[in-house]
This record gives sequence, C-alpha cells and structure tokens, in this order.
Amino acid sequence: MITIENLSKRYGDNTVVDDVSMQIEKNSITVIVGTSGSGKSTLLRMINRLVEPSAGRVLLEGRDTRSEPAHLLRRRIGYAIQGHGLFPHRTVAENIATVPRLLGWAPERVKARVEELLHVFQLDPAKYSAAFPHELSGGQQQRVGVARALAAEPQVLLMDEPFGALDPIIRAKAQEDLLDIQRRFGTTVVLVTHDMDEAFHLGDRVAVMSGGRLLQYDEPAQLLTHPADPFVSRMTGLGDRALRLLSLTSAAAVALPGAAPGPKLQASASLREALSEMLWSGSQSCEVIGIEGGAPAHLTVDAILEHARPG
Amino acid sequence: MTSGAINPPAERAWPRLDRLGTLLVAAGAAALAGLPFVVVKANRLVPGEPRALTEVLPPTGSAACLAPLVVLSLVALFVARPRLRLAAALAALVGLSVTLALAADALTPPHNRVVRIAAGGGFWVVLVCLGLLATDAITRLRPGPGRRVLFLAGALTFVVAALASGFFDHLSVMREYQVNAERFGRELRQHVLLALGSLLAAVVAGAPLGVLCHRIPRIREGILGTLNVIQTVPAIALFGILMAPLGALAAAWPLLERIGVRGIGAAPAAVALFLYSLLPIVANTVLGLKRVSRAAVEAARGMGMMPRQVLWRIELPLALPVILTGIRVVLVQNIGMVTVAALIGGGGLGTFVFQGIGQTAIDLVLLGAIPIVVLAFCAAVLLDALVEVMDRVKQ
Ligand SMILES: Nc1ncnc2c1ncn2[C@@H]1O[C@H](COP(=O)(O)OP(=O)(O)O)[C@@H](O)[C@H]1O
Ligand SMILES: [Mg+2]
Repeated sequence: MITIENLSKRYGDNTVVDDVSMQIEKNSITVIVGTSGSGKSTLLRMINRLVEPSAGRVLLEGRDTRSEPAHLLRRRIGYAIQGHGLFPHRTVAENIATVPRLLGWAPERVKARVEELLHVFQLDPAKYSAAFPHELSGGQQQRVGVARALAAEPQVLLMDEPFGALDPIIRAKAQEDLLDIQRRFGTTVVLVTHDMDEAFHLGDRVAVMSGGRLLQYDEPAQLLTHPADPFVSRMTGLGDRALRLLSLTSAAAVALPGAAPGPKLQASASLREALSEMLWSGSQSCEVIGIEGGAPAHLTVDAILEHARPG
Repeated sequence: MTSGAINPPAERAWPRLDRLGTLLVAAGAAALAGLPFVVVKANRLVPGEPRALTEVLPPTGSAACLAPLVVLSLVALFVARPRLRLAAALAALVGLSVTLALAADALTPPHNRVVRIAAGGGFWVVLVCLGLLATDAITRLRPGPGRRVLFLAGALTFVVAALASGFFDHLSVMREYQVNAERFGRELRQHVLLALGSLLAAVVAGAPLGVLCHRIPRIREGILGTLNVIQTVPAIALFGILMAPLGALAAAWPLLERIGVRGIGAAPAAVALFLYSLLPIVANTVLGLKRVSRAAVEAARGMGMMPRQVLWRIELPLALPVILTGIRVVLVQNIGMVTVAALIGGGGLGTFVFQGIGQTAIDLVLLGAIPIVVLAFCAAVLLDALVEVMDRVKQ
C-alpha cells in the first residue's frame, strides 16, 4: 500500500503538485490521468524520489520513503517510462538484468529470472537475449522496458506513459499484457497517462489531476456517474459517457438466466460490446456463452440500458 | 513521329573513361614529361641539376621499371574494379620507387659520398597521383576498420623493410638519415612522447572537466570560452607566453628545474600542447554526454543507479565514440604541432625540419617532414578505426 500525504512540489513560485493526498491499494492498478503539464509525472516521480517533495510525505507499507537512501528505495520499485529508455549499448538480457545486478543477485539467479521474464513477455530467449535494443521493434522494446522494470520482483511498479509511443494495435496488446502480468505477479501498479480510454480500461481506480491538484480519485464508474468537478466530466467526455459506463461492466456480471435468440457473445465482453452486437444484428437479445458452470444465459437491450444511467 | 518506339542506347565502342583516373594519369604523365625525375647535386647544399626520367636510366632498365606505370595508366583509365585498381596502383608505386633507387645508383659515382641524388618534382607528383589512386581504390572497397588497420600495418612494414634493406641507400634523404641515424631515433621517440604525453594529460584533465561542464551548465560557457581563446593563440606566441612563468618557476624551485621544468625545452612545449588539446577533449566530452539518450539516463536513475554508476555505466560508454573523435583530432593536431616545439628546444622531428631550413638542406627538411606526415596519417587511420568499432558496438 502506498500512502501519499499532503504532497506538494514547487519550482520557484510555480506549484506543480499542490497538496495531493491519496491511498493506493495493494495489488491494484491506479491510473493518474490529466492534461499535459498537470503534474502527473512529478507526482509519480515523487513516489520513487526522482523528485524530492517540497512538502508532505510518501509511505510505502507504512514506512516513510525517506527512511532509506533514495537509490536503495528505487531498486525496490519498478520504473518504466515512455520511449522505454533501454540502454542502447547493452543487450536485451543485460538490460533486464540491471536491477538484479545492482542488488548483487547470484549470476545463475539473474539468468533464470531474465529467461523467465523473456518467456512471460513472449520473447524467445534464444533469439532475443543477445540482441541489442535497436534490433527490436517498437512493441518489443517496450516489452523489454517493462520486463526490466519487473526484473527484481518489485512490489510496486511505476509507469510514466509507458505506451505513449506505440501505435494503436500494439498499444492495445501492451495493455492486455499489462493486465495479465499485474494479475500474475500481483504487482501494485501506478500508471500515468493522458489518454482517458487507457485510464478507464486499465484503472481499478483513476486519479484525475489538473493544475497540480487532485480533482477526484475514484473508481471509473464513479467518475462518470458522480463527477466531483466540471473538469472531471469534461475529461471523461460528456458525449459518450453512457457508452463508457457500459464498457465498465462485463456481460457475465449482469447476464440473465436462460437461453435467448440472437448473436453469441463471450461472457468476458463488456455491455458496450453486447449492445453494439445487438444493434448491428437488429436483435433485441443475445446469447451469452462461457459463463462459469456452463449454464445458458442471455442479455436483452432493455437490461443493458438499465446500466447505462447513473444510480 | 511513331509512338511507342524506344531507341536502344547507342553501343559504346570504348568503355567509359574513369574521371579521377583520367585526371591523375594526365597529371602524372605531364609531370614525368615536364618535370625532373631526379636532381643531381654536387653536395648536399648546392642547388641541383635536373634530370628527366629518360636521361637517368639505360633504355632497357627504364622500360622494365616503367611497365607497371603503363599498366596502371590503362587500369586507372578503363577498369572499374577497385581490387584491380588497387593492385595496379601498388605495383606502380613499387615500380616507381625501384626506378628512383636504380637512377640514384646509376648517377652516383663509385665511392663518392658527397654527391646527392634527390627525387625531383616529377617523382613527387607521380607519387601523389599513385597515392590518390590507391586511396580511392581502398575507399571504393569499403574495408572494415580491422582490415584498414591491417593494411596500414602491412604497408608500413613493407616500406620500413624496403628502406632498411639498403636498396635506397644512394638516395639523398637516406644519406641524410645515415648521417643522423642515432639522433633520428631519439627525436622520433621524443616527437611521439610529446604528442602522446600531452594528449594523455589532456584526457586526464579534460574528460572530468567535460563531465563537470555537462553537470553544471553555469560553468560551461566560461570554460569552453576560455579554452576557445587559448586555441586562437598561435603556437609560437603560446610558447613565448609560457617561457616567462615556467622560467620563473624553475628559478624559484631548483628541484623543478632538475626534473626538466624550464623556460625553454620540452616543458613549455608539453604545456602548450596540453592547453591546445583541452578544447577538443572537453568540448567533445560535453557534446558526447549531451547526445546520450535522456530516457536511458532517466531510466538508469529510476532503477536505482547512483550518480557515479550512471556516469560510468551509461553516460561515458555512450559518449565514448564522440570523445574518441576528439582524441583523434587532438592526436593528429599534436603530431603536427610538436614540430614547432623544436624552435624552443623541445626536440622532436621538427629539429631536422628547422635545421634543414637553416642550412637550406632540403634533404634534412624531408628527413623530418616525411615521418611527421606518416605519423599523423597512421594516427588518423588507427583512431578512425577505433571510433568506427565503438560506434558499431554502441549503436
Ligand atoms: N525540473 C523542473 N523545473 C521546473 N519546472 C518543472 C520541472 N519539472 C516539471 N516542471 C513543470 O511542472 C509542470 C508539470 O510537469 P509534469 O509533472 O511533467 O506534467 P505532466 O507529466 O502532467 O505532463 C510543467 O509545467 C513543467 O514545466
Ligand atoms: Mg509527463
């Protein structure tokens, strides 16, 4: 758990982060979202002390982060950034081994961990261990960047616009990978983005920042149904907020018992996708498949519309 | 006009003439026809008597020696394959040198150690033309850094072995060498020592200064500006400026004088070379560090490297090719500039150059000047190869 208490950062007269307090739950993904220059990166970098706060403090598992030297703190916290920041003169394996080596792991343990991570990130060790970063595609470089951040099994992973430089298809894949990996390792992820779709897709909770202040810190649905500030509604988008809300609920969560005519839909699909399918096929209902237990289930347009409103 | 008919390109009766080849062959032929091939002097100081190529050798001998030149001319004009061009140029170089040596032998009266046979303008022009053709062929072959160094080492070994064999001993420059052999070794060593020593000192002092300039932008302008001003001071003036303080130092502390710190001699030369060397080293260190990917440095810090580790493991290795480029500039520049150090008693090959100028003994000038050019060329080739290797690994 990360506790941020009254954290501020000032550069001269310019207050870049203004009295921010928030609790970040263990094993969750928290997304910090806001316009460019709103202080997201600065807030994130104060967690691993790349930026020293002007006021306030950060607790990691209840311990003040200033109770140990900054470089030792950072070795316990994963850090991945936009444009991956891989070391161009080191191989993929050496890049991934950076923090384990700093921590003085035995060479066999480092090697085993590097191979494990390459497998997790779908990079064939035989092919990629000895490759240099410039020999990889953009998506592969980004995966190596995240693998490197996770190498020393950190409890916390900080990510600053990690997918910002990727094209849409590779970005979607990278997002799914991140969700998988977060589930697999149970890492606490704090991710900065200016992309609201990314925030809604990845975030268990989303923090909206503007002008250095934390406007609202809540579950995605709450941001839509109970925005704390007109700026939050503008950020989340007024035009398609009903559809956004539908995209936050899975078909499995609200499926009705019994079979029904209409297109077939996976249980993991969102209500937004379900509605889209029904509109496309001109059907009033659809069949939900893959429910746990295998019982027949279905959804109707009316049932879906129930969930497209606040309250 | 009928449409759709395409004229085939006219068949060439002759292969296309090589442009550079045409130029160099024309220049070489004109030089051999119009300029003396050798100069015969009654002794080392008097002006000589020019002799054309046709005058110096019996017809059969000169024909045999010049055959490679004729072959080369044809190759240079009509053959595009760089391997062949290189081989022809090298063979012609050997032929030309042998011709010169034979001419020297033929023109030297038996047991006469006073007459001097020197290479004339015609020889030098052809030598340069052949050198250019060979260099051009090597460039077209695009050899890797390792091959270039090997080739240089091979060529150097060959030349040194040829000179040591005694085959060229009747040439005036070699005569001059025989007289000065012992001093030549000493001055050559001194030359290299001064050039490398001041470079080493400049790297030891300049690289940290560059790191400092990179870290503290406030001092960057001041330091680079000062070093820039030093670069604009002419070498002789800098030697002069350094004489006074170094002389005063030596006078105040006799111990310093005992270890060689004096107003004249090697000390001011070394200090001046060091000062000249600083700017390229510092500036390239700053530039190299500035070009290091900011994301890589940010990631290194974010993963818990200490500033020292970021510098040694990330920033300096990535800046190294640019720093090496600076070192190359300094080394080549120093090898040239050490020459001037001879004027204030610093030693080095410049000693021969200035003595030769003083005595109007052109052979002595060449004895100093040719090795200086060769040294600078070797330094450039070696360091270029090193930069390329580094760049390949880092990129
Ligand atoms: N080292 C610094 N010195 C001065 N101003 C800074 C510094 N770092 C960031 N800022 C300013 O702080 C503001 C917020 O920056 P940042 O946290 O990077 O925003 P975001 O990541 O939301 O785009 C920006 O206006 C930026 O110019
Ligand atoms: Mg940012």
